[in-house]
Amino acid sequence: MALNLRTLVAALLVLALLLVPVYAAFIGNNFILSVCTRMVILAIAATSLNLIMGYGGMVSFGHAAYLGIGGYVVGILAFEGIYSGFIQWPLALVVSAVFALVIGALSLRTKGVYFIMITLAFAQMIYYVGVSLSRYGADDGLTIQRRSQFGDLINMSHKATFYYVCLACLFITLFVVWRLVNSRFGMAIQGARSNDTRMRAIGFPTYRYKLTCFVIAGTICGLAGALLANHTDFISPAVMHWTRSGDLIVMVVLGGMATLFGPLIGTVAFLALEEALPFVMSKTIDPYFIPSGIRPSEYWQIILGPLLLLVVLFARGGIDGFLARISDKEPS
Amino acid sequence: MLLFLEQCLNGLQFGLLLFLLAAGLTLVFGIMDLVNLAHGSLYMMGAYFGATFTALTGSYLGGIAIALVATLLLGMAVEVIAMRRLYGRDHLDHVLGTFGLILFFNELVRLIWGPAGMNLTLPGWLNTSIEILPGVNYSMYRLAIIVVALGVALGLYLVVMRTRIGMLIRAGASNREMTGALGINIKLLYTFVFGVGAALAGLAGMMQAAILTAQIGMGENILILAFVVIIIGGIGSIRGAFIASIFAGLIDTVGRAVIPDVLKLVLSPSAASTAGPALSSMLIYLLMAIVLVVRPAGLFPAPGNR
Amino acid sequence: MSALLQVENLAKRFGGIVATDDVVFNIPEGELHAVIGPNGAGKTTLISQLFGQLMPDSGRVTFAGTDITRLPMHQRSALGLARSFQITSLFLDLSVLDNVALAVQAHAGHSFHFWRDARKQSELRDPARAVLDRAGLAHLGNRSAAALSHGERRQLELAMALAGSPRMLLLDEPMAGLGPEESARMVDMLRELKRKYTILLVEHDMEAVFALADRITVLVYGRVIASGPPDEIRGNAQVREAYLGEEDHVEGAVNG
Ligand SMILES: Nc1ncnc2c1ncn2[C@@H]1O[C@H](COP(=O)(O)OP(=O)(O)O)[C@@H](O)[C@H]1O
Ligand SMILES: [Mg+2]
Repeated sequence: MALNLRTLVAALLVLALLLVPVYAAFIGNNFILSVCTRMVILAIAATSLNLIMGYGGMVSFGHAAYLGIGGYVVGILAFEGIYSGFIQWPLALVVSAVFALVIGALSLRTKGVYFIMITLAFAQMIYYVGVSLSRYGADDGLTIQRRSQFGDLINMSHKATFYYVCLACLFITLFVVWRLVNSRFGMAIQGARSNDTRMRAIGFPTYRYKLTCFVIAGTICGLAGALLANHTDFISPAVMHWTRSGDLIVMVVLGGMATLFGPLIGTVAFLALEEALPFVMSKTIDPYFIPSGIRPSEYWQIILGPLLLLVVLFARGGIDGFLARISDKEPS
Repeated sequence: MLLFLEQCLNGLQFGLLLFLLAAGLTLVFGIMDLVNLAHGSLYMMGAYFGATFTALTGSYLGGIAIALVATLLLGMAVEVIAMRRLYGRDHLDHVLGTFGLILFFNELVRLIWGPAGMNLTLPGWLNTSIEILPGVNYSMYRLAIIVVALGVALGLYLVVMRTRIGMLIRAGASNREMTGALGINIKLLYTFVFGVGAALAGLAGMMQAAILTAQIGMGENILILAFVVIIIGGIGSIRGAFIASIFAGLIDTVGRAVIPDVLKLVLSPSAASTAGPALSSMLIYLLMAIVLVVRPAGLFPAPGNR
Repeated sequence: MSALLQVENLAKRFGGIVATDDVVFNIPEGELHAVIGPNGAGKTTLISQLFGQLMPDSGRVTFAGTDITRLPMHQRSALGLARSFQITSLFLDLSVLDNVALAVQAHAGHSFHFWRDARKQSELRDPARAVLDRAGLAHLGNRSAAALSHGERRQLELAMALAGSPRMLLLDEPMAGLGPEESARMVDMLRELKRKYTILLVEHDMEAVFALADRITVLVYGRVIASGPPDEIRGNAQVREAYLGEEDHVEGAVNG
């Protein structure tokens, strides 16, 4: 691997993520740790979406459903008195996989915009299942009294420990995805994205490879869901709202599709934007509006929305693609 | 039985409202091949315009008329500023770009009108009920919605089937190149179609605002329903959208009325009353999933579309 | 001994258009069988049905003794059928070598291998390089397929059909859009392939067809109007009539 700007940014990001708890302890502020935990968890979800969307060309508009499924498995088990993570987590993965199998098996019969819409439809159905679970809080959601228990092994309630667990999950996910997309399986997936008809013509039964990929992605996202529920000590249908699926797509595209670190970069950028945009606006624009009594920084999404549009229009490769272009221009 | 009749009328009313939204969406989708998630934002803007202008002018009809023109202009502005740059891009770009517009409009509404919803007050002559059958009363306003929406549907049908513009629209929906070859000012046609679609969505929004309220994000769930409708009906087909809308409206409304009762047979009453509405919300999605599994390109796929 | 490919009473309609009308023919092992006919005669539709991209309305296709009429494409490929496309169909965002290596991989067992780097597996890369070499593309292996010229894309198109070591090739106008020099090279290559494979060749270049084919089937409006060795087709009055618009084509082939 040549040391170019892309790898440098990725390496710095990884280093920064490793040091977050140290920094948080140093300034004695856990807020940043909480924000970063969320970032890491969503990066896992975005990485899994990138596997099907970026590498496999399957634009799922219902990926947040698996965040909810993984989360609800943890939440419901905890509610019923089963706290062991050794039961909760594997079950979260298995249930997510089963859902992904059923949804994928049906959805992959369609193509293009129909696929986008049918995955959305299934996610909406699951969302409404969540809303209808009156025993588990229905619309209002379910508070999780105790985080997943791993005996004396790991204490999930310790913030820094939990952060590192999430980070380890992210690194494992990235490693697995990296191996996967370069393996024979990954080549088959990328071939199917590029030209499905030709793939079948040269002898690949593409459906089963795409379905397998879809299930793997759903399972990984289910893990993210289990982590998210532990992080917030809460699960509700809101995590499965279709706009959350939209957020995940934004993260992947913002960072750069079909690149290993793109989704991580995109998630960090997206959440950082969420935190930073109001802050920057409050320092720069707000002073001009003092007489009117309006604080534009409270309305930061007015900037974020058009920003997304601009990314789509002018920066299709996302941040990673942008970095790649810069490093190509650098004299080596 | 009478209750059932009322539910059916409510279903018809909701279905027609859905049609107003779906008509513009399916035209834009069919002609420009654009997946416009922000269509729901235009519905919301229509609702806020309606509430604002009726309050400002003190006249219901006058306010609605101004609001309609305002949404039309807004739609055309959105097309010129943003949408036309998205034509010819892939669907993922559309999803993403228009998702950004949703964020923008939601925040804009919060900035202008504040986070609380806004009521649209009906005049007395609409805010009554009327005897539709001996001994059966029905909301005058809902009936008015049905009449107006049916009128719009008929008007749209006539325009699309009988006029020169309609011919261009049909030509555009089934064959983009041909319309170009006819030397028509495509840009203008697109802006016009988008504006009309926006006005229809706005009309649906302002009519709904009087039943519920104008709210931030009100367009999002119904937009997804409208998408379901045009997928079931076949992208680009106004007639398909009409049939599917009514169907979806009936299923949703009647399902809401019937399912809780059915659930009470197997669940406790409180559980049934929570699960009922949620499960009936699922019905439409279930319908779409079944349609797509059986017919991967919708019920009435337009011949010229992929 | 029956033929390698047997087509019985194949029929396909698109609404009012009869694209394939009760087509019957056999191709024995080792034959180069050309299918000619004016544009819109139904040649591509025929290949698509033989290969499973389109399902016929009725009729039967038998390949190597197996009824393949309803089999999906990938199973036909596994049986040893390969096709090339009239409109080039490649993996444009992958490298040229990746394109061919995928075709090799398709026939190297299932692809549920999740861990080892496929680009470092010599059992995929070496055969792929050999095929590229045969197609005259060896020097372009690392180029992105999108960066190839039209002629090079046609060569890659053919290379991908070869990479799966098929028994029979269905070639849909391999020379479409090629210049005279490139065409000559393609004819040489087809002559080479003819020795190793059974081939169904759809081609507009009459000179090439009459030079290469063992037998020729003429398709007009989805119907077989003549079938036989080149000499017989040359003299067939019906064929001349059908080619009225392209008379000098046939004439040229006849005289030349
Ligand atoms: N998918 C399709 N739908 C409708 N008509 C088609 C389709 N594919 C081909 N056709 C029609 O079938 C006829 C045969 O086409 P084709 O097989 O492409 O001819 P050729 O390859 O001989 O030029 C043409 O009239 C064409 O318009
Ligand atoms: Mg052809």
